[in-house]
Amino acid sequence: MGKKYIDVKKIKRRILLEKITKVLVVLFVAVIPSIPIWLMYLGLIAQAFSSKVTVGIIPSGFTLKNWRFLWSTIQMGLKKYPNIWPITMNSLYLALGTALLVTFVAGLAGYALSRMEFRGRTKMMEFILALHAFPSIVLLIALFVLLNKLGLYGKGFITLTGVMITKAALEAPMGAWIMKGFFDSIPWDIEWAALVDGCNRLTAWRKVILPLVLPGFAAVAVFAFLAGWAEFIMAFTFIREDRWWPLSVMIYHVIGEYKFIDWGFLAALSLFYALPTIIFFIFSQKFLLRIYVGGVKG
Amino acid sequence: MVSVKLNKVSKYFGKVKAVDEVTLYIKDGEFVTLLGPSGCGKTTTLLMIAGIYKPTRGRIYFDDIDVTDIPPKDRNVGMVFQSYALYPHMTVYNNIAFPLKLKKLPKNEIDRKVREVARLLKIDHLLDRKPSQLSGGQQQRVALARALVKEPDVLLLDEPLSNLDALLRVYMRAELKRLQKTLGITAIYVTHDQIEALSMSDRIVVMNEGRIQQIGTPDEIYSKPANTFVASFIGTPPMNLIPCRVTSGKALECPGFKYVFEDEIAEKILKEHNEIYLGIRPEDVLITSKEDSDTEAVILVVEPIGKDLVVTLQLGDEQTIKFLTPSSTKMNPGDKVYLKFRRDRIHLFDKETGRRMEYIIKVGEKE
Repeated sequence: MGKKYIDVKKIKRRILLEKITKVLVVLFVAVIPSIPIWLMYLGLIAQAFSSKVTVGIIPSGFTLKNWRFLWSTIQMGLKKYPNIWPITMNSLYLALGTALLVTFVAGLAGYALSRMEFRGRTKMMEFILALHAFPSIVLLIALFVLLNKLGLYGKGFITLTGVMITKAALEAPMGAWIMKGFFDSIPWDIEWAALVDGCNRLTAWRKVILPLVLPGFAAVAVFAFLAGWAEFIMAFTFIREDRWWPLSVMIYHVIGEYKFIDWGFLAALSLFYALPTIIFFIFSQKFLLRIYVGGVKG
Repeated sequence: MVSVKLNKVSKYFGKVKAVDEVTLYIKDGEFVTLLGPSGCGKTTTLLMIAGIYKPTRGRIYFDDIDVTDIPPKDRNVGMVFQSYALYPHMTVYNNIAFPLKLKKLPKNEIDRKVREVARLLKIDHLLDRKPSQLSGGQQQRVALARALVKEPDVLLLDEPLSNLDALLRVYMRAELKRLQKTLGITAIYVTHDQIEALSMSDRIVVMNEGRIQQIGTPDEIYSKPANTFVASFIGTPPMNLIPCRVTSGKALECPGFKYVFEDEIAEKILKEHNEIYLGIRPEDVLITSKEDSDTEAVILVVEPIGKDLVVTLQLGDEQTIKFLTPSSTKMNPGDKVYLKFRRDRIHLFDKETGRRMEYIIKVGEKE
């Protein structure tokens, strides 16, 4: 007919080229930069379980000696460090408490921001975002003065709780923001249907809304837990007695012992510190992916 | 079963009047449709009857009980939403059982009722599925089952068929009406689809911009539209509205032709008006010979719609009208045709208010 035929070969070549480009981009952006990180983790694990390590990552000889801090007190030179378990409990208390507070506040605030009409709602949401832009270190001096005035500086358990509440307060706005997104995704129709079916506002929230935003709660809880677990600067500044340290502060102090560097021990301790995070992630990730899709619209 | 009464009900969202002084009485067991374009306040009205929105002004009664301040859960209404609003985390069984569980009914009674209503709606084989595993039509039945299982006094339906495919929609229309009549439930149905409204309702409430335009049986709405809005909203294609000027007594000057009424009633009515709309439905325009015709027109577009042809005609310089004719008629764009309007089907509307003038009603009564 005199018409040009589609050049199948050319198109195939182009598709192949596109595929290769995609792979290359992924390689450069995601894979190559993560190699050093993986190497460090590998080194960390190798260090923690072997008696001798060459070039940082090649292990030789399996040992649990580096993990002795789990069953005996740590002693470095003359300095004795507190037992690891109470310290772990401090960290757990800090992290779980933060997670609990943040989920509670974020759940309610997120619902209100998403569903209720009130004066200054938009302004409040903007303010929340702005609030999150400031690093917590900015607040350190103000907080120090405040705690000192209130007589809470260096008061052991109470101060630890104070750190927890402050951490929760800093994390809650972002949590509320995330939860708002999850509540937004639930159509009004579903809530209305629950009201017509015989719920009041609270039972509708508990029986219909809550199950649908559980993934959101999981996300917020995980982030808050990790934030609490990783909290260092406030705990370091405000807590004086070593038996109320969280793990992060203890690791800092142990690393500071420059005279007796024991790489294996430090690696094991760091790995121990990272363990709950890893476990938490493995379990919650499954849950995070279980977000309900469909079923709302035909 | 109850009757529903709305007394001067208004709903404002800020400054927007979503619903403006709606007064309506729905008899026990009646199927009433709220019909109107989107944003006309029909869904808002429905949500106020359900108790989800509180009216800004006015009262709502179920029988003689003022329910305006009663929360939705205590009104015993069943509702089907346009999106079906099934609970995605529950199985079909639990979705249907949910209202009964909230009523704290004994387990075996819940089970009996759920299975009964599931059988009635032919979804008893789907009870273990999650809503996301169902087709649109099945989801719709589940939503209906959930609304019916608690034996509501009033069934509220918010565009329940609009997400179904055309074939299923026609089937469900008949099915819904049959169900409503068998159960004898008072039903209030919201739709923007005039075919649904005309085919299912005992009475239709046509709404626009938050106000009721007309309340009447499907036949009344179709053959005696109360104003130009109703006239141009109902019917496919809708009524032709030809702007005309009253010249002397009973003569009209219309685009491209003059129209003279023969009776005296017309003269009496037209006396008070200057500018009017002459309304004529497409099926009431007939092709005739030159001598017998009211006007002539030029064919612009011919659209076959199966049984009939929709023909767009040019009247005078600017005015176009549509008319329906059997597909067997020969119609060619550019041809001239002679038209006659069926005298007893002419509607007159005041141009300023859009309101119907009494002309046609009086002719109708004479017959």
